[in-house]
Amino acid sequence: MKPATFAYAKAQSVAEAVATLATHGDDARIIAGGQSLVAMLNMRLSAPSVLIDINDIPGLSDIAIEGDSLKIGALVRYTQALRSPLVAEHAPLLARAIPHIAHAAIRNRGTLGGSVAFADPAAEMPACILALGGSITLSGPDGDREVSADDLFLGLYETALGPSDMLTGLRLPLHTKESRVGFAEFARRHGDYAMVGLAATARARGDGIADVRLAYFSVGQCATRATGAEQALAVGDIEGAVAALETDLDPTGDIHASRDTKMHLAGVLLRRVAAQLSEAPK
Amino acid sequence: MNGDLETVFDVTLTVNGVEHSESVEARRHLADFLREDLGLTGTHIGCEHGVCGACTVRMEGEIVRACLTLTVQCDGKRIETIEGLSDSGEIADLQEAFRTRNALQCGYCTPGMLIAASALMAVEPMPSREEIRDHISGNYCRCTGYQAIVDAVETTLRARAEAAR
Repeated sequence: MKPATFAYAKAQSVAEAVATLATHGDDARIIAGGQSLVAMLNMRLSAPSVLIDINDIPGLSDIAIEGDSLKIGALVRYTQALRSPLVAEHAPLLARAIPHIAHAAIRNRGTLGGSVAFADPAAEMPACILALGGSITLSGPDGDREVSADDLFLGLYETALGPSDMLTGLRLPLHTKESRVGFAEFARRHGDYAMVGLAATARARGDGIADVRLAYFSVGQCATRATGAEQALAVGDIEGAVAALETDLDPTGDIHASRDTKMHLAGVLLRRVAAQLSEAPK
Repeated sequence: MNGDLETVFDVTLTVNGVEHSESVEARRHLADFLREDLGLTGTHIGCEHGVCGACTVRMEGEIVRACLTLTVQCDGKRIETIEGLSDSGEIADLQEAFRTRNALQCGYCTPGMLIAASALMAVEPMPSREEIRDHISGNYCRCTGYQAIVDAVETTLRARAEAAR
């Protein structure tokens, strides 16, 4: 199908994009890579009257260390992140997750920030930023603010971004030598949306791990922490962690997998990721 | 509702080395622009939501989905399609291998398959069959002739490695 008619504006600055958003509110959508949005437009699942293109805004394509975090601009594309030595060194969880996202042609256009802002329940990026305990920077009519990933994902495609807010970047804590990361997902074919996925971080402590953060995707309305399993894993109780998923998660079956299948796979992934968390990333 | 924002734009794109200036609706995606406005029908449209890969083209040297790229976003950009890649001879050996290995049946996926494969071949001199399969997993062949497609890519890479020796 073809998109319905829309007006289009190329913003030259964040301020201009936010002002245009403020004028048009819910009728307007921001387009960055467009790899989810244009598909929705083509299928007419979404029919905004205005598209605000942010691709020409300078300064949003940078990956840089700022203080104690890695800042990833809103226009950084998956391929760019995968090729970045900064991402490889300071955010190895992303380096592990991104190859699972779609295919080369889509990774060349799709942005990390767009995926976080869109908050698809089956997408990898929201779970990664949640597992990392990162945050997003957004610009709105009242200026810039920072929203922690823990407060960001509210429901199905629903985030803490207001109708006139624009995500301008992601902020991730820097990987340290105590940091541990894990990532696994099940998809029927490489590049498909996962039936179940898990992104995880922890900190090595003594012979074990602490500060475990498990962020599941494709098992609910949005990326979801499994807090009961986190506590069990922190005391080395893998089977207890798998059992805790029964209360942590409440997936709904879909055409790809029943609820029971998803719960089973969530446990399988947890065992795999627990093994990854026990060793330093290579 | 749109205020004073426009819905139609004048754009200039360089397609296969030739500059084209056209007036397009903002909603026109690149695949339709190439096919309908420029008559370059080698770029195919399958699913029109980024899944099948039949519309794969190069933009600024990197492969993209033409169905997920708005033409207005390509203003000032360099686009290459299967017509350009065929005329330049860049993938003549791969095309010949597709023919001799029977790597196409109905041929619908072939332009996208060739462009996607060429992107891998440009950066990986000798990928494994598994890596080839991974790379073309975003390109569907509904005749399901994947085995022969992987064969053709592999054969071409071997021949190139041999020739480079």
